[in-house]
Amino acid sequence: MLDFVQQLVSGVALGCVYGLIALGFVLVYKATEVVNFAQGDLMMLGGFFAFTFIGMMGLNYWIGFAGAVAAMALFGMLAERVVVRPILGYPQFSIIMATIGLGYFLRSIAGMIWGTDDLKIETPFSQGVLRMGSLVLAYDKLSVIAATMILCTLLYLFFNKTTLGTAMRASSENMLAAYYMGIPVKRVVSIVWAISAAVATCAGVLLAPITFIHSNVGLVLGLKAFPAAVLGGFGSIPGAVVGGVLIGVIESMAGFYLPEGWKDVAPYLVLLAVLLLKPEGLFGHHVRKKV
Amino acid sequence: MRFLFKTAYEDDIKLFPHSGYVVSYGILLALLLIAPFVLSSYLMSQLVFVCIYATVGVALLILTGFTGQASLGHAAFLAIGAYTAAYLQKYNVPFPVYFLAAGALSGLIGAMVGFPALRLTGIYLVIATISFALIVEEILARWESVTHGNEGMRVKALSLLGVPVPRDSPTFYFLCLAVLVLTIVGTLNLLRSPTGRAFVAIRDSETAARSMGVNVALYKVKSFAISAAITGFAGVLFAHKLSFISPEMFTLQLSIEFIIVILIGGTFSLHGAVLGAIFIVMIDPFLTYLKDDMPGMIAGIAATFGAGPATAGNIQSKVAAFASLNGLKGAIYGIIIVLFVLFEPLGLYGRWLKIKLFFQLFPLYKRATFKRQKIYVKSERNR
Repeated sequence: MLDFVQQLVSGVALGCVYGLIALGFVLVYKATEVVNFAQGDLMMLGGFFAFTFIGMMGLNYWIGFAGAVAAMALFGMLAERVVVRPILGYPQFSIIMATIGLGYFLRSIAGMIWGTDDLKIETPFSQGVLRMGSLVLAYDKLSVIAATMILCTLLYLFFNKTTLGTAMRASSENMLAAYYMGIPVKRVVSIVWAISAAVATCAGVLLAPITFIHSNVGLVLGLKAFPAAVLGGFGSIPGAVVGGVLIGVIESMAGFYLPEGWKDVAPYLVLLAVLLLKPEGLFGHHVRKKV
Repeated sequence: MRFLFKTAYEDDIKLFPHSGYVVSYGILLALLLIAPFVLSSYLMSQLVFVCIYATVGVALLILTGFTGQASLGHAAFLAIGAYTAAYLQKYNVPFPVYFLAAGALSGLIGAMVGFPALRLTGIYLVIATISFALIVEEILARWESVTHGNEGMRVKALSLLGVPVPRDSPTFYFLCLAVLVLTIVGTLNLLRSPTGRAFVAIRDSETAARSMGVNVALYKVKSFAISAAITGFAGVLFAHKLSFISPEMFTLQLSIEFIIVILIGGTFSLHGAVLGAIFIVMIDPFLTYLKDDMPGMIAGIAATFGAGPATAGNIQSKVAAFASLNGLKGAIYGIIIVLFVLFEPLGLYGRWLKIKLFFQLFPLYKRATFKRQKIYVKSERNR
């Protein structure tokens, strides 16, 4: 029983990581209908920025964290301006390919600048564990869970309660109509990319003590976060986190109870099963087709 | 400029709309037939890869270009074809039999993937095919009694009618070429048949196709099966060409490469698959060539502009150091994909059509002819 709870908790922590990356996917998708395959690589880049500020320049952890988030927000705007804006309005397939290309580019550039070794950031949560009875929880994992909950709540409130959030939802439904209503669609899209890159950076920095940072971390985790976003219905912020937690729990349970090899496959099997039964994901809305 | 007057439906679906096609494709085929006796063995080997990639490209075009179902899992079908060949070869099954078996098995699994894919569109389909490919990759690594897991499998040279055909012989090249040509001709015929028209109708609007009486489910599954089967055939040739296969060859990376093939070539015509395959296969030797010769060239240019020998040498070593940086290839790949999506969305074949039209209409060419329409109105979720 204790094993089960321990696995459950570590699965939830892992799942929150996926959820955090999936949040970035969902944000961009919700506001612009663009599926950003480079989200994992934005996370990786954010981690490297934080490493540069904290590990190489020796700044305070929190200042370095904030600096990395700000730098990545600017970078997200730049990426949107250069790669995404010219192809908005074209079929989704082109945009998917463009972001795949962006991901390739970022991975190689990061590998060239920071090398291919695993890097580590010293964080206030790196050491120490929380003991509850015989249950052992590491602080770094708890910090990820807490940050995910906070970010998820903030983003949910932002999307549903603020004017800017409403503008974002409107421009995702129908860009032209939103533009006619006086919403500055270009600026809205730009802000969404900045927010999503910032969220990715949070994920990257919080992950640094758990998975380390290397140039392929974005691809590896991005591929896990993607099913998380799909499972949650791709357009739903709480859905992304729930999907992430599900994937994380499934993965750690499969790793513990099933023979070797199932761990990597189980999340995808579950994803396929869910897609078969409910093609819009667990939290997606079903929309009737119009000709 | 030539005007084609079409007076009957048969004129519209001719394989060769006019005699110019017969002449130009005849010359191309003749050149390809004498290629092994002219080109170096390295280029021949690259040409074989072009044939294999182009075959997969055609398969992917049927599914993605003409039926509108994106797939990022074609490396898995290639793997299924390759492993079927390697496995059956161990039991001395003759080549034609395991060639067909590989295609059949691949096609069957393709149809099985097609069923769940029926209800999925857009991004959900992409992620479902990625999941499928990752699961296949894991199975290949774990099912050791059949696939030898991560150790991989050796593939012996294929033997045709009792005669062994080494992987770098002209005969093997002719075999690959024959498979490619047959695939292309078969696909052209498929596309001008009712099945092909149903595929295109589904791509353009599923709802409209259904209301015209097209059985969307049936044709989607058919499209998946045909595409997977052709990829399986290509997989057999791929296995023989490499003579060694292991699961890490058939990763998501390879699936993305196949998508890049049709993206760079152009997704609206079979020419695209071939042009894209040439581009993808030839980019490696080209980058190696640049890496070797670029530093000297740049130093030479610097010297002609009055740089001293010391400065020129300095420049040369700096450029050489940059060119041999790890991961430069990936960066160039990424830039190429982004540039193609942004500036040449119709691909290389689209560029060729534009150039052709420019000269045909010489002073009257309008850039807007090929402009794609942007749609800001409806989100794809509601479409």
